[in-house]
Amino acid sequence: MFDVDKWQEIFSTIKKNKLRTFLTGFSVAWGIFMLIILLGSGKGLQNGIETQFKQDAVNSIWLFPGQTSIPYQGFTLGRRIRFTNEDFDEIIKTVDGIEHISSRYFFGGSGTVSYKNQFGSFNVISCHPDNLFIENAKVEEGRFLNELDIKKYRKVASIGVPVAKALFQDGENPIGEHIKINNILFKIVGIFSDPNERDMNRVFIPVSTAQKVFGGSNRINRITLTTTVPVEQSEKMTEQMRANLAKRHHFDIDDKKAVYINNTLKEFQQFQNLFLGIRIFVWIIGIGTIIAGIVGVSNIMMIVVKERTKEIGIRKAIGATPGSVVGLIMMESILITGFAGYLGLVFGVGLLELISSNMPSTDFFRNPDVDFRVAVSATALLVISGALAGLVPATKAARIKPIVALRDE
Amino acid sequence: MIRFENLHKSYVTGLNKLHVLKGIDLNIAEGELVSIMGSSGSGKSTMLNIFGILDNYDEGNYYLDNMLIRNMSEKKAALLRNKYIGFVFQSFNLISFKNALENVALPLYYQNVSRKKRNILAMEYLEKMGLAEWAHHLPNELSGGQKQRVAIARSLITNPKIILADEPTGALDTTTSYEVMKLFKEINDQGITVIIVTHENDIAERTKKVIRLKDGMIESINGEQVFAENHLKVVAHV
Repeated sequence: MFDVDKWQEIFSTIKKNKLRTFLTGFSVAWGIFMLIILLGSGKGLQNGIETQFKQDAVNSIWLFPGQTSIPYQGFTLGRRIRFTNEDFDEIIKTVDGIEHISSRYFFGGSGTVSYKNQFGSFNVISCHPDNLFIENAKVEEGRFLNELDIKKYRKVASIGVPVAKALFQDGENPIGEHIKINNILFKIVGIFSDPNERDMNRVFIPVSTAQKVFGGSNRINRITLTTTVPVEQSEKMTEQMRANLAKRHHFDIDDKKAVYINNTLKEFQQFQNLFLGIRIFVWIIGIGTIIAGIVGVSNIMMIVVKERTKEIGIRKAIGATPGSVVGLIMMESILITGFAGYLGLVFGVGLLELISSNMPSTDFFRNPDVDFRVAVSATALLVISGALAGLVPATKAARIKPIVALRDE
Repeated sequence: MIRFENLHKSYVTGLNKLHVLKGIDLNIAEGELVSIMGSSGSGKSTMLNIFGILDNYDEGNYYLDNMLIRNMSEKKAALLRNKYIGFVFQSFNLISFKNALENVALPLYYQNVSRKKRNILAMEYLEKMGLAEWAHHLPNELSGGQKQRVAIARSLITNPKIILADEPTGALDTTTSYEVMKLFKEINDQGITVIIVTHENDIAERTKKVIRLKDGMIESINGEQVFAENHLKVVAHV
């Protein structure tokens, strides 16, 4: 195996058959390269979609009022439905399986937030304390809104990390400071971060306070809740809520436009299936690529051996044993396929790294990478199968009588 | 050196059986310069292949240097070829991607001679053939005569006891052919048995013993008829 002379013989053969070596090597390297790129892209697609869904709590149900589209009990269609605090309380009272719930009141105004002489336009949102969990956000400093803030109509606010950075450029601690929202002073009680960067440019204030200071009385515009129950049961929850609201607001229970209910749990389930589909798809393509690679490499190995039949005959006539002939061809092919496979692996992984570090993550593509073990075993598989594919014709060629081989012109 | 005793060889192709050698008795002593003649299909190449343990036979005995050669494993045949026999072919059979020096040195690779030593030896043999300056040329850069001289150098490098040449001048012009024959004579003068298969009379004339084959039997040796005797034997065999 580590006979220097044998290696010299192999290297001199490789050096003098550059095209053959290149073609064999290229087919192996290309097979591996494509496999890595495919597996990596599939993973990137999967990462992208999964991250998009993890930005908000995945198991949430959203309710917002619309306009009736079916006449009901003497009411004409086109009537606007309005949610109130009572609807919110009623849902908490009657619906089982709620994990977190929050309502929101949309108030007017520019959304201009200022601290001393620093101004910024941010998304100011009124909500309940549970909104922290619904947004999948995290408290970085201080605290989030709490029940007492709601009950006592406190003018407090929790701001996102970039908001704090924009307003407090002198490095002061924002907590305890007062900011102006639509010209009304709110005290900062905490700073939060959110997995979705766009959702961080936000300022949260208690919904009750917003109703009071911005003239909302008891109106709310949206109810959001999360649940941990399975899909079928969450579907039942939405039906229950729709029936409840239909009764209270006098609209037809089949009127889907009166109240919109958006159940992301169902969507998430669908996306889970999509992920599974993508994963299976990527694997099918991957396995297909490996098979195509094996077939290609085997073909080339067979042609190479066929091409060398005469050489084998000559070598045998001048005293080469069949074993030494097969050994020479096998070592050469394993050397080429192994080296080329490694190159393909390096280039494939390198390209993925390049893409992943230079391409901005989009909603549908993020951090393409490949399981290194999978990549290495695929390379090994290709090299071994190439060797096996060469072994059969090489053994056959070595068994041919030298005279037959020598006649082969 | 080489002894055939009632040697038979048939080729089977599908349902047809072609009886090529029909009971050959032959004795070639060490140091002889022999040519084997015959028209195509007379069995001369088959005989040479059996000499060279490149092919096996069906019946009879073949002794090489008093060793019975029969049902030999490929490995053992390869070792014997390497040790005893040097081949020269009509189509030269040089390895196209190796230069003259490497081609000449290759048999020594299979004797596990170190690269340095075998290159020195190969160079010596190429010098003897007057090809020293062509040592690093590939076969397709050489003329027919040069290629054949490289092939002869390759056959000699292992110090064989027998040189088997299959139509060695078949692809060469007359002048070159005579040069090659002169080489074979010189080799023979060193005590190496040389067996040349040819169908050219003027080549055969330059050997010391001419064996004529006809239809798988020896017709004559140096002009003496042996055909009738053999013919009877074949009839008896059938």
